[in-house]
Amino acid sequence: MERPLALECRGITKTFGSVVANKNCDLQVYHGEILAILGENGSGKTTLMNMVAGIYFPDEGQIYVDGKEVTIASPKDAFSYRIGMIHQHFKLVDVFTACENVALGVEDKGRYRLADVRRKVIEITQRYGFVIDPDKRVADMSVSEKQTVEIIKVLYRGADILILDEPTAVLTPQETEKLFNVLRRMREDNKSVIIITHKLHEVLSLSDRVAVLRRGEYVGTVQTAEADENSLTEMMMGVKVELNIHRSEPKDTKERLVVKNLHSVNDEGKPVLNGVSFTAYSGEILGIAGIAGSGQRELLESIAGLYHLTEGEITYIDPKTDAHENLRDKTPIEIRDLGVRLSFVPEDRLGMGLVGNMDIVDNMMLRSYQKGRGMFLHRREPRDLAQHIIEDLQVVTPGASTPVRQLSGGNVQKVLVGREIAAAPSVLMAAYPVRGLDVNASYTIYNLLNHQKEQGVAVIFVGEDLDVLMELCDRIMVINSGMVTGIVDGRTARKDEIGLLMTKSNKEGE
Amino acid sequence: MLAFLVSAIRLGMTFLLGSTGETITEKAGHLNLGIPGVMCVGAACGCYAEYLYFTEVGIDIDPTLAILIPMLAALLGAAAMGLLFSFLTITLRANQNMTGLAITTLGVGMSEYIINEASIIFTKGSRYFRAPLLEIPELEWFGELFLGHGIFVYLALAIALITTYVLNKTRIGLHLRAVGENPATADAAGINVSLYRYVATCVGCGIAGLGGLSFIMDYLKGNWEYCVDAIGWLSIALVIFTVWKPNLAIIGSIVFGALYVASSYIPGVSFAGKELFKMLPYVVTILVLIFTSMRKNRDHQPPQSLGLSYFREER
Amino acid sequence: MASSEKKHTPLLHIVKRDPGTLTWGYKLLVRGIAILAALVVCGVLITLLTGENPVVVYGSMISGVFGTSRRVWNMLQGVAILLCVSLAVTPAFKMKFWNIGAEGQVLISGLACVAAMMFLGDVLPLGLLIVVMVAASVLAGMIWAVLPAIFKAYWNTNETLFTLMMNYVATQLVAYFLKVFVKNGSGVLTPMPEFGLPVIGGQAYLLNVLIVLVLTILVYVYLKFSKQGYEITIVGESENTARYIGINVKKVVIRTMLISGAVCGLAGLLLVGGTNHTISTTTVGGRGFTAIMVSWLGKFDPLYMVLTSFLIIFLEMGSQQVSTDFRISSSISSIVTGIILLFIIGCEFFLQYRVVFRKNRKENV
Repeated sequence: MERPLALECRGITKTFGSVVANKNCDLQVYHGEILAILGENGSGKTTLMNMVAGIYFPDEGQIYVDGKEVTIASPKDAFSYRIGMIHQHFKLVDVFTACENVALGVEDKGRYRLADVRRKVIEITQRYGFVIDPDKRVADMSVSEKQTVEIIKVLYRGADILILDEPTAVLTPQETEKLFNVLRRMREDNKSVIIITHKLHEVLSLSDRVAVLRRGEYVGTVQTAEADENSLTEMMMGVKVELNIHRSEPKDTKERLVVKNLHSVNDEGKPVLNGVSFTAYSGEILGIAGIAGSGQRELLESIAGLYHLTEGEITYIDPKTDAHENLRDKTPIEIRDLGVRLSFVPEDRLGMGLVGNMDIVDNMMLRSYQKGRGMFLHRREPRDLAQHIIEDLQVVTPGASTPVRQLSGGNVQKVLVGREIAAAPSVLMAAYPVRGLDVNASYTIYNLLNHQKEQGVAVIFVGEDLDVLMELCDRIMVINSGMVTGIVDGRTARKDEIGLLMTKSNKEGE
Repeated sequence: MLAFLVSAIRLGMTFLLGSTGETITEKAGHLNLGIPGVMCVGAACGCYAEYLYFTEVGIDIDPTLAILIPMLAALLGAAAMGLLFSFLTITLRANQNMTGLAITTLGVGMSEYIINEASIIFTKGSRYFRAPLLEIPELEWFGELFLGHGIFVYLALAIALITTYVLNKTRIGLHLRAVGENPATADAAGINVSLYRYVATCVGCGIAGLGGLSFIMDYLKGNWEYCVDAIGWLSIALVIFTVWKPNLAIIGSIVFGALYVASSYIPGVSFAGKELFKMLPYVVTILVLIFTSMRKNRDHQPPQSLGLSYFREER
Repeated sequence: MASSEKKHTPLLHIVKRDPGTLTWGYKLLVRGIAILAALVVCGVLITLLTGENPVVVYGSMISGVFGTSRRVWNMLQGVAILLCVSLAVTPAFKMKFWNIGAEGQVLISGLACVAAMMFLGDVLPLGLLIVVMVAASVLAGMIWAVLPAIFKAYWNTNETLFTLMMNYVATQLVAYFLKVFVKNGSGVLTPMPEFGLPVIGGQAYLLNVLIVLVLTILVYVYLKFSKQGYEITIVGESENTARYIGINVKKVVIRTMLISGAVCGLAGLLLVGGTNHTISTTTVGGRGFTAIMVSWLGKFDPLYMVLTSFLIIFLEMGSQQVSTDFRISSSISSIVTGIILLFIIGCEFFLQYRVVFRKNRKENV
């Protein structure tokens, strides 16, 4: 190789408590290339890059920049080697403007003048073709705008090595394409771009080379041109895995939940639901797709009785009696007292669905502690249920009296989904139930959802990975800015079609 | 009326110093409930230093030193308490509320101990602190209200204004605010979060300690009273009151001062009724708390990570 | 690159502990060491201040607490009252409601109690008077506690400052009361033991101790085994979860503060009706604040809190003895308490984090 190395990692190891996040990892990056780091969730991609960016400090191993060994003990050190990282969870101060965020931590010579920063920011936006208002507050920005600020921040500091952690997770396909063009322009500028991802098609369309990590270990690096989806999957997974999710034909579908014209505003008075209407049928999985923050959370919460509606109707049709119950403006307890069997797996598992510091038994009681007479708790039933779930779903835990915070992400989700399913629901809503889970745990969840569907439950599944949505769901409803922009058949829909619906603006609707 | 206002301003400056100190700390994300104790320690250290200085030199007193020595002692004593608080809450990541309360217990005890070792009358020293900066009799009420105060009034105003400027217009201020809003972001941007928090807490405590000294030497004319901690709690309330803005705190502190001294200046109030009037600053604080919480404003929120310890490798 | 000179590699770094790996013995060890270290520091401090042999100082502390049966009873009484206030604040803190107004809540109940004794003492038979005293104290405590709770629940008003300010309002009310109703104008109310709670077993403090003992068990059971206690835990851990399962958070906040206030009322009753038979602005004497730390140090568990309140009272009484024996200011007792508290607060670090020394890096050839 005649090209010089920009960055090299040798034998990096990092542990958190008893968890080995990275074990003896190597990595090489050249100037003027885009390197993709590929791996499943939890394979240690982010941890490795965090060490390059100075967020963590490696337990063992060395990092070289331009061939010289360096010690990166803090983000500041990383900047001094012209390394900049755009984190998946943006590191921005909400109450600051774009400019103030960019100026943060920069030790320019001379006095601090926001006007100077502003001028330079505008210069950068013009060079790479960003669209951003430098005086807008981050709190008022969309996700893609926030990402733009992050990138400008790194460029402002003159970074030559850019690391992007899952940058497309929150973007629409169109926004993704725009971002990729920016990255290609940076490659032309002879910068090194490292992009962390688990999406194969992005790797193939963007990168020059691919480095693969598996369970914290470095597997190898290949030229993108010589790789294809199958070979990369094999590297990622170790053994070849059947990617197909089993999907049965819905049978015996009946109207179960009829939602009409939901409207709602958030704390700041901005509309978050703008007339959402749909029907969920028993025995099918209805997927909900959309850019993050399009009203998915508010929609599910308003059905579950947690979010206040300004307008609209939610009707539940009882499977046994065919009675119609109006759920609007009822609290979760009132809904349960009506005999409505509605289960809800919220997005925020430990912050909402479960209490992290309580053990599995006490978490089992969350939904049912009111049961039984008297002012005291009855712990026997929840104890049995906990034991049941641990055995049936193979939850890895020292015991039923272990606080759930100490379980791994997948096991936490099993506990939560297990509890919600144990209530024998007729409607099951799940928001991002596989986020952060490894492949095995994800498939456990898919199977549980499929099983519920076959039992005649109306399943509502909010997801972010379009591939999964298209393989799992019978119908996919796409929402944008609190409006339904389309409902498509999960078996025949095309990805670009859904992508377009995700970005369709209000006026084009109808 | 004039005496009332002058007295309100003088007491107000104690509040101003206390709340400016606490604001700096809170802007860096640390809620220091130890401020009442810190102010006690500041006051006691300052007074003790004055006592030592006077016993040392006898009658040969240098007016500049008579002011500087106690001030320096108050500053250092209070900053040392700040250092203790910082070590526990930043390095050891202890619970801030608990540490603050313990610091207050400790500080009140220490100040009583120190004062017992000296005396409780510092009227001689107080004269130097209360010496008018400028005395122009021709200006009458204007002069007395604006120019006739001792050093502490102008010092407090200057500190509040400088703090406002630093917080809003300088890089240090930008970084400090970022540390309080979102330490993970500040850290990722290469800002030394711990250093900023240490310095902000110690400087804040130092300023609050000066406030304690000003209460004894300026407002109380050198007569020690065991109620500095009450003043400290009100100073913390003032921070919320003035939405973390030291320039607003200038007005707020004078209002607080006026409420606090009102009972002595309203004519026709009985001896017992005065006790009811002394409730005024507390009741008004409660009312303002209720009022501000009822009308929420996004610009008037506390720093986002106030009261939370930061640990970089948190997963 | 010019700046790529070798930088200092951090020698040690801090790692968060996995809470599951901590053994019971280790926790005890860390806290034990912290208390011992604090005692050593305090001993050295007192030795420096008095010039006495530290062993003598510790001896004086112990004799101050256990020296005579009277002192032991004083200690039990002190523990009982402090524990009672701590029990009062515990449900609120478990709910993450920062009630630092126990001081005022106890004081105002004491005022209610003393008022009942003064104005109804001659009118009512003793049995009925005691009922009125209990009712007045409990009601006053509840009112003082529920006001901040209502505003917190409906408008999210900052409860820390609200409850704090209520302390001073209570203090001023007591000052006003003393100026108006003490006829001789001294501001000091003569004790009225004839209207106090009955003395049982010939021991003035036995009733107080027994009441608090029962209360401890009640609060323990309430928090651990009742549905309401479970709701308090959930609201404290995560308000979102509470919402998710349909707990009415406002109701829980208000209800819990009513209970908290009622227990404060009992503390006021025991202090005034059962102990002092009079009131002054310093009757509560900072117990409202100390109680918060007792409760926190006891991990909000009433059984542990018996130990922590004993620790605090031991230090207070012990150092008071030291101050009389060696003629130093009695403020030494709050200094000692402060130091010990800081040590215990600080030692939590070693339970939550681990300091790891970085392994030597591989030698480069």
